[in-house]
Amino acid sequence: MRRDELKTVRVANGQAFWGDSPSAPVAQVRGGDIEYLTLDYLAEITMSVLRKQYERDATAGYAKDFVGLMSEIMRECIERNIKVVANAGGINPEACARALLEVAEEQGIRGLRVGVITGDDIMGQLDDLLGGGVSLQNMETGEQFDTVRDRIASANAYLGAEPIARALAEGANVVITGRCTDPGLVLGPLMHEFGWQWDDWDLLSAGTIAGHIIECGAQASGGNFQGGWEKMPDLAHVGYPIIEARANGTFIVTKHSGTGGAVTTATVTEQLLYEIGDPTAYLSPDVTADFTSIRLREVGEDRVEVSGAQGSSPTDSLKVSMAYPDGFRGSGMITWAWPDAIAKAELADSILRTRLDELGLSFRQIRTDLVGYNSVHGRLTPPASDPSEVVLRVSVWADDDRTVRRFAAEIAPLVMGPPGFTGLLAGGRIQPSRVMAYWPALIPKSAVHPQVTIRERA
Amino acid sequence: MRLIDIAHAKSGDKGDSVNIGLIARDRSHYALLEREVTADRVAEHFAGICLGEVRRYELPNLGALNFVLESALGGGGTASLRVDAQGKAMGEALLLMEIDA
Repeated sequence: MRRDELKTVRVANGQAFWGDSPSAPVAQVRGGDIEYLTLDYLAEITMSVLRKQYERDATAGYAKDFVGLMSEIMRECIERNIKVVANAGGINPEACARALLEVAEEQGIRGLRVGVITGDDIMGQLDDLLGGGVSLQNMETGEQFDTVRDRIASANAYLGAEPIARALAEGANVVITGRCTDPGLVLGPLMHEFGWQWDDWDLLSAGTIAGHIIECGAQASGGNFQGGWEKMPDLAHVGYPIIEARANGTFIVTKHSGTGGAVTTATVTEQLLYEIGDPTAYLSPDVTADFTSIRLREVGEDRVEVSGAQGSSPTDSLKVSMAYPDGFRGSGMITWAWPDAIAKAELADSILRTRLDELGLSFRQIRTDLVGYNSVHGRLTPPASDPSEVVLRVSVWADDDRTVRRFAAEIAPLVMGPPGFTGLLAGGRIQPSRVMAYWPALIPKSAVHPQVTIRERA
Repeated sequence: MRLIDIAHAKSGDKGDSVNIGLIARDRSHYALLEREVTADRVAEHFAGICLGEVRRYELPNLGALNFVLESALGGGGTASLRVDAQGKAMGEALLLMEIDA
């Protein structure tokens, strides 16, 4: 057997979203041996928030939490040769890299090589794309782009694993990307370590599926587990998932020993099915992965082997995620107590609706929910006789903030409706919040040119 | 019996669509799920909640079905006024469905 075939590469996920546990990545580094730590900071609309920060301050526009984390673990990662791959760059990966180099300098850490990946930001290319005949129509609703063109606040293409693998090949020990696919954060290291080629479809499919399994952090290892949450051990110390990959594409999903949660075929299966469409064609810029080709097998405690992955060529398109302001929203919440809590909340709602009608306010949407009763499952909710309390929640979405403010002024007076209220749940006057809406579209892959730059101390 | 007796589920959003993975707790129940939990039955179960098409995909290798429910999140994403704006609990709602064993 060649040495290559015995080689195992361990890729750990330490962050599934911006706001995920700050201690999880530290635990992944200190809890055992890993070669790579991957971190995901970007939700669909995060880029528009970061762009706003960048417009106010040209040194901002990236996930600052990442720099705080790295100041805690950088020395250990470099000493133990643990490479970090994060999409923390947001709208300004170069500034993120500079911040890391400053941390290294302050702490006297030598050997930091930051691979910066750019090219995902296509804000400046929109007119050229439209001029070149790309419609940029909403790929989910089919709406035409001209309805939002003037309001677009950020536009980023989802890059794949290739530039990450390239940055690692150029010697980066920390890779910072802007928008890239979540599974790409895992596939990139595996392509680099095993020399997988751009057309090794089955291997790229395996690496993509591995990435999908750990991209949501603890969701693969016992967190948010529907099929037996009540028996899941020690979720307070839940271990985040780790992939142990082999060159042939077979990999094990596991977690550090001594941590809480569990890795079983059931936890892995729930995560495999999370946020997917057609399982025979999971699309990425790198490969089209077939989730129906794999086999799962428990091969030890907290060890699930995934094998047999098949894939085929990717499409010629890249997905683009754009964000634009789309009105304002606000919610008012008041609790009513037993007895007849439901009837009281319904009366308060009808008083509110009458007043709003008479004010002639125009909403895009208005919605009433009875939280604690049927706000989640609607008409599928099993009947409850007389709940001990319910929260009346009325939410609106309007074109302008003034309308939401006027709506908000009608919430507090409802306490002079039916008895048994307990005050405003959220406290104070409701502030309208701006809705940043999301516009997904497709562009030709040939329009995007990912760049890799290595930054190190001069 | 109810689906919750033989299956578990996971749901999440993509725009205004929600997908629900339905997984047999014991592999021997997969055939029953495949036979009983059709796209039509799921559409009927979520009538008035899912306003669009329901598509079903089979993953016999995982003992699981995947359902995609279109127009099910009141606009979806950041605009949705739903308490469960991302459909995270819709898998649990599917588990309330009664089936013939």
